[in-house]
Amino acid sequence: MPAHLAVRDAVENNTAGMPTLSADDIARLVEPDRVHRAVYTDPQVFELEMDRLFARAWLLLGHESQVRHPGDFFTTRMAREAVIVTRHADGSIRALINRCAHRGTTVCDATSGTTRQFVCPYHGWTYGTDGALESVPFADGYDPSAVGRSDLALAKVPRVDDYRGFIFASLADDGPPLLEFLGHLRTSFDDLVDRAPTGQLEVAGGVFKHAYRGNWKLVLENHNDTVHPAFVHASSIWAAREQSKSDADGYGEIAVRQMLQNGAPAELWEGTGLWVAPYGHSFMADYHTDSRLVTGLDHPVFQEYRAALEHRVGAEAASRILAMSRWNSIVYPSCSFMSQFRQLRIVHPLAVDRTVVYAYSFRLGGAPEQMFRDTVAFANVVNGTGSPVLTDDLEVYERAQHGLATQRSEWVYLGRGHGGDVRDEYETWRGKTGTSEIHIRNQLAAWVNYMTDET
Amino acid sequence: MSSAEVDRFLYREAWLLDHDRLDEWLTLFTDDAVYWVPLKANQREPLTTASLIYDDRRLLEIRVRQTTHPRAHARVPLPRTVHQVTNVQVVADDGRELTVTSSLVMIEYRKERQRVWGGLVEHRLRRTDAGLRIAAKRVDLVNSESELDGIACLF
Repeated sequence: MPAHLAVRDAVENNTAGMPTLSADDIARLVEPDRVHRAVYTDPQVFELEMDRLFARAWLLLGHESQVRHPGDFFTTRMAREAVIVTRHADGSIRALINRCAHRGTTVCDATSGTTRQFVCPYHGWTYGTDGALESVPFADGYDPSAVGRSDLALAKVPRVDDYRGFIFASLADDGPPLLEFLGHLRTSFDDLVDRAPTGQLEVAGGVFKHAYRGNWKLVLENHNDTVHPAFVHASSIWAAREQSKSDADGYGEIAVRQMLQNGAPAELWEGTGLWVAPYGHSFMADYHTDSRLVTGLDHPVFQEYRAALEHRVGAEAASRILAMSRWNSIVYPSCSFMSQFRQLRIVHPLAVDRTVVYAYSFRLGGAPEQMFRDTVAFANVVNGTGSPVLTDDLEVYERAQHGLATQRSEWVYLGRGHGGDVRDEYETWRGKTGTSEIHIRNQLAAWVNYMTDET
Repeated sequence: MSSAEVDRFLYREAWLLDHDRLDEWLTLFTDDAVYWVPLKANQREPLTTASLIYDDRRLLEIRVRQTTHPRAHARVPLPRTVHQVTNVQVVADDGRELTVTSSLVMIEYRKERQRVWGGLVEHRLRRTDAGLRIAAKRVDLVNSESELDGIACLF
């Protein structure tokens, strides 16, 4: 390799002075019931993840309601890339790299908005919402003309697609189509969308951005971990139990009930359904018993909602839709979401030991506004950066990262339920019980597939 | 109501927070109180927009009680804090309640990390037989919309 290319390779892959991990080295980090700590702590592994996992997999970027009209945009991250998601004039959704082709400046500084063009603040290069270079000041200086040159457009994220309004993109030119990638997890998105009486969802109510000093895998492993609540959330469970009962069904009720639900008896957790699917995905079902926390069967607001849904889809379809009892669904490696309270979390890895999670709420079109107020109350207690619940999760992720940094013990043990997982329909496997660590084993199996693919 | 009295009340509140006297701090709030740290700048209401913290009296009691549990992982130990309260202004007084604005600079230290918070604060202070009580407290952090690590301190 010529010297300047070796330098470029080392800089781009951040591998200067580092040994290179071979596919065999990577494969050895994951065994059927255990994983090496390096998967959570090694900066070289993290850089490879950016190239081989986050730059390949379909990542959830957002929802079409964030770019409802032509010119609407929002900014996000994909792997190491700063990305603008726009609705172009022709109605299509585009994902563009937020970097001027001239001198590298980001051309969009807002988190969201509406615009006709993206104008670079440095020298005024101007791009359309499809990324095309539309005008350049002092144009005479370029021969041939710079305007319209495809190599001077904003770089495009090669693949953008959506499933029922959820916008996904992949930084890889090739790979499985989105529908194949999602597989049976499509039904979790269906569950979320079908609950809207108008069939429309809307991102609303603000976005929590909670960060922690730990690896990105820790949060995705936690969202289907049914053993952790009794321990991680012991203090909020206890504090809620000690609280005097209230007949009020006001704002605080949702929060109190969720804190109590975290203290559900062991049999409930064992009986929870936990399924995994190809590409590292998984979902939980049959978890909640609290009738105010599932689609509250006899609550007056729920009756009004049910009537609105029946009006649109008919009683039979409404019953089928509402009988779904999904809880957290994980689409690996970028997101986790749930229909019962219309929450979605996008995971952004920043460094091997630094992660930020964006937590969104959805309004169900045509549902009573009280249901959205319940969504916000639930978001505050489960995803709120100051929540009595979430803060203990974040603390424990950081302690895991801290412990994993020690070198004397090399392995993380993932044996719960190992050997008892059973094959189920739709290319899924079901955990031996609801407390199986099958979802973590499945995530790591997908991780190995991505990470050992050297093409 | 003299402004010195309002100052003393706010300083007392800050002192309780900085000395882990959270049970006493709770007694400063009315039964119908709300404690609010909005998520968004200029947030208009707390019911259809999420909040970093939005506690009614019941949730605030749970939050304070939680700190006494031996496995309150993010709160044992509690962060050590210094609440610096300045720029106190009584901006409204309807006879029953005063609206008081102030500026807060708060240093938080816990487990090898120090954070600085800045916020604009609005208290609604109600005159009661027992003296002033907090009917509502709103703290608008200047960085409320940024990417934030977990918040286990009280403002």
